[in-house]
Amino acid sequence: MGDSNQSSRLTWEGCSVLLDINDGERLVFARLSPAATLKIGKKNCSLQPIVGCPFGSSFRVEDGKDGPYLSLVVATEGGNIQDEENVTCEELKDNRALVDNNTAQSLTGDDIDEMRRQGVTGDQIVEALIANSTTFEKKTSFSQEKYRLRKQKKYAPRVLVRRPFVRSICDAYFRKYPDRIGCLRSDSLALLLSMANVAAYSDVLVVDMVGGIVTGAVAERLGGTGYVCNMHLGVTPHSMEIVRIFNFSNDICKRIVRCCLNDLCPGQNGSHAQIQNMESESVNQLDVMEGGISVKENRTTVDASNKTAKRDPTTNKAIKAGEVASEELIGLWKERGFSSLIVAAPDLDVWSIMQKLLPHLAYSAPFAIYHQYLQPLAECMHNLQREKIAIGLQISEPWLREYQVLPSRTHPRMQMSAFGGYILSGTVICTSESDVQ
Amino acid sequence: MIPADPSGRLSLLRRIQEGDLVIVYERHDHMKAVKVINGSVLQNRFGVFKHSDWIGKKFGSKVFSHKKGFVYLLAPTPELWTLVLSHRTQILYIADISFLVMYLEIVPGCVVLESGTGSGSLTTSLARAVAPMGHVHTFDFHEQRAASAREDFEKTGVNKLVTVGVRDIQGEGFPDELIGQADAVFLDLPQPWLAIPSAGKMLKADGILCSFSPCIEQVQRSCETLELKFTDIRTFEILLRTYEIKEVRAEVGEGDDGFSLRSPPRKKRQHSTEKGSAVEASGATTVMAKPCSETRGHTGYLTFARLKCL
Ligand SMILES: C[S@@+](CC[C@H](N)C(=O)[O-])C[C@H]1O[C@@H](n2cnc3c(N)ncnc32)[C@H](O)[C@@H]1O
Repeated sequence: MGDSNQSSRLTWEGCSVLLDINDGERLVFARLSPAATLKIGKKNCSLQPIVGCPFGSSFRVEDGKDGPYLSLVVATEGGNIQDEENVTCEELKDNRALVDNNTAQSLTGDDIDEMRRQGVTGDQIVEALIANSTTFEKKTSFSQEKYRLRKQKKYAPRVLVRRPFVRSICDAYFRKYPDRIGCLRSDSLALLLSMANVAAYSDVLVVDMVGGIVTGAVAERLGGTGYVCNMHLGVTPHSMEIVRIFNFSNDICKRIVRCCLNDLCPGQNGSHAQIQNMESESVNQLDVMEGGISVKENRTTVDASNKTAKRDPTTNKAIKAGEVASEELIGLWKERGFSSLIVAAPDLDVWSIMQKLLPHLAYSAPFAIYHQYLQPLAECMHNLQREKIAIGLQISEPWLREYQVLPSRTHPRMQMSAFGGYILSGTVICTSESDVQ
Repeated sequence: MIPADPSGRLSLLRRIQEGDLVIVYERHDHMKAVKVINGSVLQNRFGVFKHSDWIGKKFGSKVFSHKKGFVYLLAPTPELWTLVLSHRTQILYIADISFLVMYLEIVPGCVVLESGTGSGSLTTSLARAVAPMGHVHTFDFHEQRAASAREDFEKTGVNKLVTVGVRDIQGEGFPDELIGQADAVFLDLPQPWLAIPSAGKMLKADGILCSFSPCIEQVQRSCETLELKFTDIRTFEILLRTYEIKEVRAEVGEGDDGFSLRSPPRKKRQHSTEKGSAVEASGATTVMAKPCSETRGHTGYLTFARLKCL
């Protein structure tokens, strides 16, 4: 429990990282294996310089004599944006005098290539572009900042190294591959975890048909205690590929298990062998995916993924998350029930699932069901009320808005996600009234 | 409320014991936290309930009063606690809480600093997130509030995970012994920008800060201060919309258009549990959903920032 990889502040060889390129322009999950590379623009850089650096470090692509490489940026303290003076003369500027033609910039592409050959850094090129722009001075400071950022992205791309935690993983998928996670937005996922009271030492039952994001999120909260049981109702286990992106220690991986609904039913055991077969199949699938969640989809990123996907031999010793739950565990769950339930199964009938799973929960256990459509949840809520098996029922939908906060220019962002999904939550009650003892 | 070991988890085998904290559920908007004491009674509009009748029952049981009124006894959770705690201040609710706990990347083992403690609504969820081996240091300059919060944490059993300090965080900052210790810092203060420099010193490299403020002017000033030492500064607002459902039966031949939607006859009940309808369904019925008409329109803005890695 103590040596959770997740708590490490430094990256290590073989760890999974989230690379934020140019301030969110592109997000790439990568594994820091010795051969791992990342393609930025037209340049292919080894990820080796990142190994051993603190999470939160910034890198810049530089041209060395052996080709482009990632160089650590030493940040300066304080001051970006603008000083007081600028703000005041800001009001006086507007864009009436700006003419958009291609003559504003006197540096040519050839000039820039030549500078590059001479080893001029990207940042210096950006400064040169600004110095040679006839319109820069006339721009408002806001536009100046925008111009600088645009040039910086092109000539001096930055790579920020982040720890992959559930929020950034979920956000990255939501932005680029929403379908793989059933369009589950991170704030909805956060609500699921709260509503299902995911806490240390709890045994959480999940039906996760959203790539493993829910399973991973629960495991992150359990921190190597309790269990998250990823249940499949049919014979085929659900994919948990996303779990690989988290830097889970062996202690946490051990707490992620699979189980088939049949195994929990009285007198049933024996689908084990079959599940084991399924296991090896899904492992192959993982190989393709591992390290390869390049979120900005363009050809260059896909290239990077394939290279990083080569598995580092040292990680092979790691315990695999999602082993089949032992007979002993299943026996315990039969006797004691699960402490809560989360369902995120876009393709299954919600009410049927609940009928099958509720008997496996402890009384007073909270549950939370995610769905993209309202109707199945409304019907399920209605049925739960009618059968009097749960109370505190509520359907809720989060609404999330981000703000731009700048001096005299604060307002909600122009773009927002309009929908993060619906959640039905409630608490199971003790139905056997004879059970008074 | 938060298990300290595997035996503390909710289980089919667990029974209510003397000294347990239970949430007495009348309706989704009518709940109360009660400590079970043999010999005590709970009195409400449904009658008199003897605690002695509760002992030995399972959590989630329906229990009756002398005049056959009933309530449910639920195991406490931070979510339920937020709904029943006594409001000594404005408090944070589930939407803001769950969002910020995830955004702050709080996982078991983390050390989290909070100010002010207020009514301890958020603190209880923070305690759950850092359990079993992490810790929450929470500070409020209001002595009585801090004392009440301590009592509450004792009652809910999160006291081992939480230390409450009395301190003027805007004036003095967080205590020096916590420098460089915090994985995350949360501020719910009237002038958060005064506490931000100190918060920055408390954070570990790459640690995250969150400041909750109801007014945009507070956010504006906080962001200006954050610029100096933080990066990834982002401000959000999160609200929850809830829905009510209703079952209707399509009836042919009545009404002006030949079709009409009727609610099925409502069974008389002691008290309606949730909004919605009881059913004696026969024939074609549908369940319809619509957003509840009243809701909280604003709680506050959540501003997040990550300590720059120098
Ligand atoms: C709105 S309440 C916090 C509510 C809390 N987040 C909750 O969920 O219950 C704000 C608290 O900050 C405290 N406070 C205000 N100024 C303070 C200061 N300078 N130092 C410490 N606490 C302060 C107040 O006493 C009050 O209890």
